[in-house]
Amino acid sequence: MAAAKRKPMSRKAKTRLELFGSYTVILIMFVIILYPLLWTLGVSLNTGSGVYGASIIPENFTLEHYEWLFFDPRSNYLLWYQNTLIVAVSVTVIATFMIALTAYAFSRYRFKGRKNGLYAFLLLQMFPVLMAMVALYILLNTVNLLDSLIGLIIIYIGGAIPMNAFLVKGYFDTIPRELDESAKIDGAGHFRIFFQIMLPLAKPILAVVALFNFMAPFMDFILPRIVLRSPENFTLALGLFNFVNDQFANNFTRFAAGAILIAVPIAAVYLFLQRYLISGLTSGATKG
Amino acid sequence: MLISNPDSFNDQEDTFMAAKKEQDNRVLVNPKHNPKTAALLSIIPGFGQAYNKRFIKGAALFILFAAFVIAAIDFITTGLQGLVTLGEVPREDDSRVFLSNGILALILSTFFLAFYTLNIQDAFKDAKRIQLGWKVPNISEGFKNAWDTSFPYLLVGPGLILLIFVVIFPLLFMVFLAFTNYNLYNAPPRNILEWVGFENFVNLFAISEWRNTFINVLSWTLIWTFVATTLQIALALFLATIVNDPRIKFKKLIRTVFILPWAVPAFTTIIIFSALFNDNFGAINTAILQPIFGMSIPWLTDALWTRIAIIMIQVWLGFPFVYALFTGVLQSISADWYEAADIDGASRWQKFQNITFPHVMFATAPLLIMQYSFNFNNFNIIYLFNQGGPAVRGQTAGGSDILISWIYGLTFENQQFNMAAAISIILGLLVAGFAFFQFRRSRSFKEEGTF
Repeated sequence: MAAAKRKPMSRKAKTRLELFGSYTVILIMFVIILYPLLWTLGVSLNTGSGVYGASIIPENFTLEHYEWLFFDPRSNYLLWYQNTLIVAVSVTVIATFMIALTAYAFSRYRFKGRKNGLYAFLLLQMFPVLMAMVALYILLNTVNLLDSLIGLIIIYIGGAIPMNAFLVKGYFDTIPRELDESAKIDGAGHFRIFFQIMLPLAKPILAVVALFNFMAPFMDFILPRIVLRSPENFTLALGLFNFVNDQFANNFTRFAAGAILIAVPIAAVYLFLQRYLISGLTSGATKG
Repeated sequence: MLISNPDSFNDQEDTFMAAKKEQDNRVLVNPKHNPKTAALLSIIPGFGQAYNKRFIKGAALFILFAAFVIAAIDFITTGLQGLVTLGEVPREDDSRVFLSNGILALILSTFFLAFYTLNIQDAFKDAKRIQLGWKVPNISEGFKNAWDTSFPYLLVGPGLILLIFVVIFPLLFMVFLAFTNYNLYNAPPRNILEWVGFENFVNLFAISEWRNTFINVLSWTLIWTFVATTLQIALALFLATIVNDPRIKFKKLIRTVFILPWAVPAFTTIIIFSALFNDNFGAINTAILQPIFGMSIPWLTDALWTRIAIIMIQVWLGFPFVYALFTGVLQSISADWYEAADIDGASRWQKFQNITFPHVMFATAPLLIMQYSFNFNNFNIIYLFNQGGPAVRGQTAGGSDILISWIYGLTFENQQFNMAAAISIILGLLVAGFAFFQFRRSRSFKEEGTF
């Protein structure tokens, strides 16, 4: 580089040097990004159970940890998968519907308390659910929903409303009012306008919201940790977390195998839908 | 009463305004109909409406309110009483139940008061309109109006109820907890809680242990938020500019790999990193630092190194999303800008400084601010990497604890519920202040202002 500054270089050489530099940076980033991921894959294929002695390229290639997760009678992995799916599906369906209702009301109607409601949503969005965990714990305890998936589902739905109602409201605002006004002139009722005109038009954003709601239970471990107690009620994230939390080194290979199994489908969905997800997040912040 | 449907909103409002203007020079059609009497009569809900000759509406209101009062008065009074005493018989009364019932009673009475005021206002407004010659609608019209007015509430209702139970009630509970003496040694149901006023807040600043811990944690939280977020934005910007160069090939592959850290669930990658950074057998020490530099770094046992590791990991986790945002913006900047700059003989740095950077920042500013607020409360990475550790002598927070993870530790490990709640309130005030700042900037807020 020092030489390059002193002597005037030909344009072509300079371009090549620049390109070389860029590719080097990109390559280094590739290594930094892929190393931990490939390392996990490698560890999951190692024999034994600890991190110690496990290497990225296993000496004795084995699928025993995957087999254990699926077939061992002591493994709850499939049960956790089922629990997570139950939570994810119920949250997705109920929360998305309630979010759409709320967002529609805030976008299309002018009612008393609307403005304060909008402020409240904006404010509540900023508070992490975690701040209220003691109260949630005690609340669920008094209504006997501790250690049950229903309690978890209710909290997820409640937390999802302020987060996403704004996103969807922003989208509804962009749908021309003339559409529902002309429908109203034609005699359509409130519900008819909502179900037959607004909902179909808002499909893209609703899909994004539904996807976020669906993914959340797969990735969140802290709320399940507060709510759920017995291993047969665990969700995937919590179960996996306990593999490493209980005795750190002992079950790491098993954790790695379980992590690969949930990371691959989730990463696939994210990569496949990245443009929609990112545009959804973007419009939420700038329009919402 | 406000009019609900949007198309009728404007013209009704207009006529209303017009009516107000003309009030002076317009003959009152029913001068004997007094709005004040209507409002006064509505002290018993429904009677004012009856005075306005809206008998069915009045009867409905009266029955609703009567039913509510009969059903809830007992719960509300005992609830509010319990909120004051927090129980009297130790081992029998659970103060936490008293507290939660009290908060529910508070919420219920707020609703009651709101509807009560609405009822009076409604009677007053109707009476005023009658005075100006407005004809009371017949029953079916009245029903339709009521349906139109209440429809948005019907839409918002279910979400609101859930929100109250899952978000607002717990937050209120936490706020109240901060003014009690609920900790490990004084825990219901064995003991009765007591109100202690601002004692917890005073202790937080007066007792040197708490004060030092608080200052340490707060300063690290701010440093962490600023450094980690800024670095992840800077890295994203750098990479996005490099890759956006038209001469770079394999753009799709590069983008896919760069987005991977965002796509893989963060909690798994953080646990993996915590194994990689393990002092004794982590690959960073055994496979990279030992063979090449002949040394190993105490990543998990030294507070400074833990902090550095956490910041690096967050940059790894957080840059892809920002990168994706920036790439989108870069592609949308018109080539004309750069051509014009080329003609003027601008250097690459000048082009970046004057064209690329302002474009990117302008388009993504709100999202970048959200990244900062996300990291401010980024519990997952702190807790999963080293559980807030390493432990620091003489304080309840570990060396890498930020406010939210300290609160978690105080709650679930040390059972200092009162202090945790007090710190939560401070955290909440910080967040609310930030949110307020954010509202004033955000476009939606300004747009809302024009309605």
